[in-house]
Amino acid sequence: MELGPYLVLATLEGAITAAVLALTAVGLSLVFGVMRVVNIAHGEFFMLGAVLAWWIAQSVAGHPAIGFALALIFAPLLVGALAVAADMTILKRLNYDPERTIVATIGLLYIIQQLTLMGYGPDARPVEAPFNTRLAIPWFERGAEGWQMIWPWGLGTTTYKLAVIGAAAMILCAVWALMTRSRIGLVMRATQADREMALAFGIPVERVYALVFGFGAALAALAAVLIVPIQQAHYLMGGDPLLLSFIVVIIGGLGSLPGTVLAAVLIGLSDGIISVFFSPTLAKIIATLLVALVLVFRPQGLFGGRRT
Amino acid sequence: MRAYAIHAGLLAILLALHFTLPAYHHGNLARVMVLASYAMGYNLLFGYTGLLSLGHALFFAAGMYGMGLGIQHLGLSPAPALLLGLASGAVVSGLLAALALRTSGVAFMIVTLMFAQAGYLTVLYFGEVTRGDEGFVIQQAQRVLWGVDLSAEGNRYIAALLLFGTCLMVSLWLVRSAFGRVLVAIRENEDRVRMLGYDVFAHKLAAMMISGGMAALAGAAYGLLFGYVGATFASVQYSIFPLLWVLLGGAGTVLGPFIGTLFMFYLIDLGSDLTTAYMLIAGVALVLLTLFAPQGVMGEVRRRFWRELP
Repeated sequence: MELGPYLVLATLEGAITAAVLALTAVGLSLVFGVMRVVNIAHGEFFMLGAVLAWWIAQSVAGHPAIGFALALIFAPLLVGALAVAADMTILKRLNYDPERTIVATIGLLYIIQQLTLMGYGPDARPVEAPFNTRLAIPWFERGAEGWQMIWPWGLGTTTYKLAVIGAAAMILCAVWALMTRSRIGLVMRATQADREMALAFGIPVERVYALVFGFGAALAALAAVLIVPIQQAHYLMGGDPLLLSFIVVIIGGLGSLPGTVLAAVLIGLSDGIISVFFSPTLAKIIATLLVALVLVFRPQGLFGGRRT
Repeated sequence: MRAYAIHAGLLAILLALHFTLPAYHHGNLARVMVLASYAMGYNLLFGYTGLLSLGHALFFAAGMYGMGLGIQHLGLSPAPALLLGLASGAVVSGLLAALALRTSGVAFMIVTLMFAQAGYLTVLYFGEVTRGDEGFVIQQAQRVLWGVDLSAEGNRYIAALLLFGTCLMVSLWLVRSAFGRVLVAIRENEDRVRMLGYDVFAHKLAAMMISGGMAALAGAAYGLLFGYVGATFASVQYSIFPLLWVLLGGAGTVLGPFIGTLFMFYLIDLGSDLTTAYMLIAGVALVLLTLFAPQGVMGEVRRRFWRELP
C-alpha cells in the first residue's frame, strides 16, 4: 500500500480509539470535576464493563445482536450500581479527602482486578459484534486517463467500527445535553462550582456525589461494551484506558468537558498514527512525560481556562 | 536515650533470630529487612514530610539498575556498583524533585506516578541493555564483596541486617534532629514554616533526595543480595508496596515501616499459596487501612501508650 491509503486506515483506527477514549475520559473528568476525586480504579470499571458484556452475551441464546443489546444496557447499569455502592461505603466515609481517596481507589483497583481474575480467569475472550459487514474504501489515483477510482487491497473497515464512532458521538452529545440542559445537570454543576453553597440551597450533595461516581463508571463501562467486539475482554485490560484517560483529562484541563473531548480526539488520532510509524512503547513514554510536564508547568491543561 | 535503646533492641533481636530461625523464615526475614529499608526511605518523605509519592519504584529501580548495569556492562565490583546505584538514585530523585515539587497534593501524586511509569517504559524500551521484563541474573562470582560471598544464606542475612540497621539509625537520628523537626513542621503547616523563614523548597528537596537515596540503596542491595534485576521492580506495583507497608505499620514512626513490611510480606506469602490473585489482599488492606486505621499499627501504639515514640 502507498502512504495515502495507509494514513486513511491509521486515521480510521485512531478515530475508534478516540471515540472510546472520549467516553472513558469524560467519565473520569466528570468525577474529578464534580467530586474532586481522582479515581485510579476508573480503568477497572472499564474492564468490568467488558467482562460483564462477555458474560451477558454468552449467557443469552439466539442472534448475537440480542446479547449485545442486553449487554449495552445492563453492563453499564451493573457497573454504575457497583460504583455507587463503592462511593457510599468507602469514599463517603473518607469525607472525599483527595489524598486518602486516591489510596482507597488504588485499593479498589486491586480488589476489582483480582476478583475478576479469580472469577473470570486469565483468558482473553471475544464478544461477537451484532453486525459486521466489510466495507471497502475507494481510493482515487491519477492514471494515464486522468483520475480513476481504485480499490486498494486491505483498505477497508467494517460497519461495526463506523457504528462505534457514531454511537460514541451520540452518547457524548447526550452527556453534554444532560449537563447543560437538564435539571440534574444543573444540580451537578452547582455542586461542582461550590459544594457548601449547594448544600445550603438544599441540594443533597452526598447523593449527587454517589450519582456522579456511578455515572462516571457507567460511561467507562459503556465505552468498554462498545469496544469489546473489536478487542477482547481480559482482566488486565483496564491499564491502558486508565493511563490514556489520565493523559486526556490532564491535557484537556481537569474537569473541563469540551477540553476533554478535544484532547481525546487529538490523543486518539495521534496515538493511532504515531504507533504506526514509531514504537508504541516510545509513544507511551513521550505521552506520559508530556502529561507530567503539563501538570508541572500548565496545571490548568493545554486548553484550560474554560470550565463547564 | 530510651528511643535509641528500643531500636537497638530490635536489631539485637534480629541478630539473635539469625542463629535460631529455620531456613525458610531466615531467608524471608532477610528480604523483609531490605524491603523495610526501602519502606523507611519512603516513610521519610510520606510519613514525616507529608509528601505522598506514587513513584518510588523509580528510585528503587534506579538503584537496582545502577548497581546491576554497573556490574553487567561496566564490569564493576560490588562496592563501587552499590555506590553507583546510590548515586543514580540520588540524581534521579533530585531531578524529579526539582520538577515535581513545583506541584503539591494530588498533582504531586500524579506527576510522580507518571514519571515512574515513564521510567518503567524506558527500562522496557532499552530492552537490549536491561533485558526488559525478563531481567538478568547477577552471577555468584560477581557478588563477592570484600571477600564475603553475599549469595550465601548467612552472609546475606547479616548484610541485610547491616543495611537495615544503618537505615533505621539514620532515620531515627534524622527525625530527631533539627532538620527532621522542620520536615514535620512542613507536613503540619507549610505556610507557617515558610513564614518563620525556613526555605521550604530546599527542605523538601533534601527530604526527597534522602528518601530516594535510601530507596535506591535498598534497591541496589536487593539486586545484589538476591542476584536478580528485572523490570517488575520498576512497575507501579513496587510504588504501591511501600505506601501499603508504611500505612500498615504507621506513617511517621521509625519502627512502622518494618512492622508493616513484615506483616504484609507474610500475609501475601500465605495468600499466594491459596490463590494467584494474591494482590487482592493488598487491595483489601489498602481500603481497610484508609477507612479504619489511617494511623497504622505504630501510630495506634503512639496514640494509646507512648506519646514520645519517634
